Parts: sequence; structure tokens; C-alpha cells
Amino acid sequence: MILFDDVSKVYRGAKQPALSNVSLNIQPGEFVFIVGSSGSGKSSLLRLILKEERPSAGSVHVLGQDLRRIPARKVPLFRRNLGVVFQDFRLLPQKTVFDNVAFTLQVIGKSQGFIHEAVPDVLQTVGLAAKAENYPHELSGGEQQRVAIARAAVNKPDILLADEPTGNLDPATSAGIMNVLSRINASGTTVLMATHDAGIVNQMQRRVVEISKGRIARDEHQGGYQTTSIPLGEADTAPTPVQSEDGGPTPIRKNVDLSVDPDEVPSQFPWELRA
Amino acid sequence: MRLGFILREVGTGLARNASMVVSIILVTFISLTFVGTASLLQAQINEMRGYWFDRAQVAIYLCTDFSTLGGCDQQQATTDQIRGVEAQLESPSLQPYIETYYFEDREMAYNNFREQFAGSQVVDLVSPEFLPETFWVSLVDPTQTDLIFEAMAGLAGVESVVDQRSYLDEIFALLNAGSITAVAVAALMLVAAALLISTTIRLSAFSRRRELGIMRLVGASNRFIQTPFILEGVVAALVGAVLASGAVWAIVHYFVRGYLVQELPTTVFIGYDAAFSTMPLLIGTGVALAAVASYASISRYLRV
Repeated sequence: MILFDDVSKVYRGAKQPALSNVSLNIQPGEFVFIVGSSGSGKSSLLRLILKEERPSAGSVHVLGQDLRRIPARKVPLFRRNLGVVFQDFRLLPQKTVFDNVAFTLQVIGKSQGFIHEAVPDVLQTVGLAAKAENYPHELSGGEQQRVAIARAAVNKPDILLADEPTGNLDPATSAGIMNVLSRINASGTTVLMATHDAGIVNQMQRRVVEISKGRIARDEHQGGYQTTSIPLGEADTAPTPVQSEDGGPTPIRKNVDLSVDPDEVPSQFPWELRA
Repeated sequence: MRLGFILREVGTGLARNASMVVSIILVTFISLTFVGTASLLQAQINEMRGYWFDRAQVAIYLCTDFSTLGGCDQQQATTDQIRGVEAQLESPSLQPYIETYYFEDREMAYNNFREQFAGSQVVDLVSPEFLPETFWVSLVDPTQTDLIFEAMAGLAGVESVVDQRSYLDEIFALLNAGSITAVAVAALMLVAAALLISTTIRLSAFSRRRELGIMRLVGASNRFIQTPFILEGVVAALVGAVLASGAVWAIVHYFVRGYLVQELPTTVFIGYDAAFSTMPLLIGTGVALAAVASYASISRYLRV
């Protein structure tokens, strides 16, 4: 479904690569958390899948297509298979909930009949059927994010990309959002979610891909936010100094024993520990 | 459905940028009116050229008692001298090039003069003996006036030879200068119009950047995204072009037909057909300009 083959991405003018030698394979129907600190490369990963950026090296295959081989004018057609949700919702303030969701279908040329069938359907799925005629400013944050999810899911995309969808929401509301995402995932859509929310990741017990400094630091099935093999306290108190890129000592643990997928991780890797 | 959606987008875009749209309309209106005026002037020049070049004659003025120029010595041309000129015109070397010629004596010249300047005080100052006797020559090919000049130069009793077209050329030069000025002003104004359109479209795109972002994300085709913006520019410019067409018609109706024709009854003037044949040019120019300017502007905005 999504295949990264030794992908690197260096932005112009940047010293460090945003992603370096990332290889990743995501199967249809999976629910994958992408975790990592800010600036670790999570968003770059999502942007590469959307073909908003092109890789500096390596190849990205999405839905069986090599993204390098999609010509610019075919990119819109390709994106119709993907849904995207953002941390800041990005709803259109002057349109009602119904129109916000319908807008997606209108601009890709769906018929009025299809729109009047699909939109109430997806609003039902996200639990907002009663608020179809409300405007975004009349909704709570969680409800607005549900609208955004409905908009991303209304065209029944094969892949749903969510960039920190719960970043602005409280834990209870976040749980509701995760519920919706799980339901969409259960209907067959592959979901990729970048997040900082440790509680959610720990609770869901889905596949977790951790990115650190542009490299895949961990790829666990049914993982938590932190790797299960290093208790937080121990990692904090027992750092092993190694040379970091800027020459200074960095607290890092050497030869970490990862119980899951040890082949995926190099024996020595610059893995920043979180406090 | 798609068409309805696009037209609604165009409508909201135009409404949102009303003041900019009005300025586009005004600038295209004025610049295209200049284009139209230049085109009318050219039509007028062609009209006059066509009319006069066929009728333009070469005048061979003979000596009067008052003339000192050419072969004259304050001595009226004698009958023999007049016969000599006529013989030249009939000679085998000139005859094939001459379509017709006729002799105008003093009385005829005086009558023509009074007719031409009727109502002017100059009529009272002129008497027949001041006016020269003239041979009016029409050539088969009106450009071959040199033949007459060569044949008549230095002939006794001939004061001067004048090609009427030389008067016309001055008028045409004047009209041409006016028309070139109008084109130059129009070109500058069209540049301003193009820049204004592209700025307005950029502004319009900026005020709809949320929609544009979502459209790009969900896979709306580029053409679908661009069309409303291009139409927006085209609609505004079209209104300006239609107004300019109206202005061109008004110039012909009120100024040329309503005023000049009355004031200068002996001159030919352009008719309404000149105005109507200019309109497609104005509308075409306006629409093409707006389409190119808005396309360039929106494409640059959409490029990542």
C-alpha cells in the first residue's frame, strides 16, 4: 500500500536531511502511528506520501504507483485516493458542516445526487448528523475535527493521513476522535497518524513507527509511545555519552535491546531520549 | 453541476473584489477606447485615400498678368502657349498615360472658387482675372505624376504644376500621427490593465487561499481550480471591452456622423460599419489580454 525504499529528503538550504535512508512498508488496512519529536521528519514523511514533496533519493510507492512516475497534471487524480486531516482542522468558516464536507466532492466533480447520499452517510459515521447545518464556529474543537475527518473520509479514500489530529484537543475529546479513526480504519481504510499523544498510542496498541532525526528508530507492532524495553526512568538516569553531529556529548543509550524487529534498527543509532 | 459551481465561484470572486473589478473595467474600457479610436482614424485615412486618390488630378496652372513664377513674366498665357500645352498633352509620349483632361477658363475657375468658399469674405476680394487658367489632368495611374512634371517644366506660359495628392499627403500624415499617438497611449494603458488584472487575480486567490489549499489537497484538477479565476478576469475585461465598443459607436454616431458630416459636407467620412468592424477587435483584445494575464497570475500562485 505504502512503500518507502531507502528514501532520503534534504530540503534546500538545510544542513541535516529531513529524512535519511527511510525504508518502510505499510500493508493495506493497517493503523500506523508515526511518533517522534518535533522536527524529526514525521511531516516530511506524510508530505512525501501526498507527493507534495519529491524525495531527494530513493523511491516512494503509494497504491502501487511509483510517485516519481506520476506527471504533475495527474497528481490531482492521485490525491483523490487520499484523505488528509490536520491539527488545525482547516475548515471553511463561511460554509456549514454539510457544505464543508460536500465541497470536497464538488471540486472533484461528483454529482449532486452522489453528494446528497455520501455526505449524510459520513456525518453519521463521525457522529455529527445532527449538526449538518451548523457553522464551524458553532462547534467545539472535537466536533470541528470530526468534520475535518468526515471531509477526508467522504470519498472513501484508500489511505487516511492524519497529522497530529488530536494535538489541539483534550484527552476525552481525543478518545472520541480515535474512536472515529478506528471506525474508518475498520471499514478498510489504511490510517497513518502522526502524533505526540503518548496516552493514545499506549492505549491503542497499534503499529508504531518512531522517527528520530530523519531515521526510523523503531518499528513495533502493537507498540507504545515509548519503547517497552527501556523504562523511562532508567533511560534518563543512565545515558551513555557518544559523539553527536555537532561534536558535543549527547545522552544516548548504546546497544539498546529492542524486543521487536531488531533487524530494522542499526545496532548503534543516534536516538534522542525524551524527558 | 460543475459549470454551476464554477460560475458561483466567479460570482463570489467578483463580488468580493468589487472595487478592483471596477478599476479593471475602467482601465480596459479606456485603453480599448484608445485602440478603437486609432482604428477609426486608420479607417478614415483609408476612406479618404480611396476617395481622393482616384479623383486627385494634376493641375497645370497657366500664367496670369500677376504671376512671376515659372515661365511667366507678368504676362497672361497667350492662345499659342495654351495650344502648346494642349499639344504636349496630346503628344504620343504622354497621351497613353492620361485618362482625361479638361481646360478650365477664368469664368469657370471663378465660379468654382465662389462655390467652394461660399459664405467666406475672400469671395468678395477675388475677381476672375486673379485666377489662372488651368488644365486639369487625370492620369491612368495617379502615381505617375512625374511624367507631367517633366513634360511641363519650363514650358512657356505654364506657371506651375501641382499634384493634388501632395495636399492629401499632409492631411494623411497628420491623421497618421494622431492614430500612432492613440496606439501608443493604448499600448501603455493595456500594459497597466494587464498588471492590474494579474494583481487582482492574485488578491482574489489570496482571499480564497483556504479553499485553494483544500481543493489542491483533495485532488481538484488544476484546470478546475484555475477556471474561476481566469473567468473572473475575462468577465471584468469583457465588460470594459463592451463599454469601449459602445464608446466607439458613440464617436461615430455623435462626432463623425452627427457633427463632422454636417460641418464638412465635401469630405468623405467613415460610417457605422467602421465602428462595427472595430468591435470584434476590441472585445478580442480585451478577452485575450485578461485571459493571459489571469492565467499567468493564477499559475504562478498555484505552483509549489
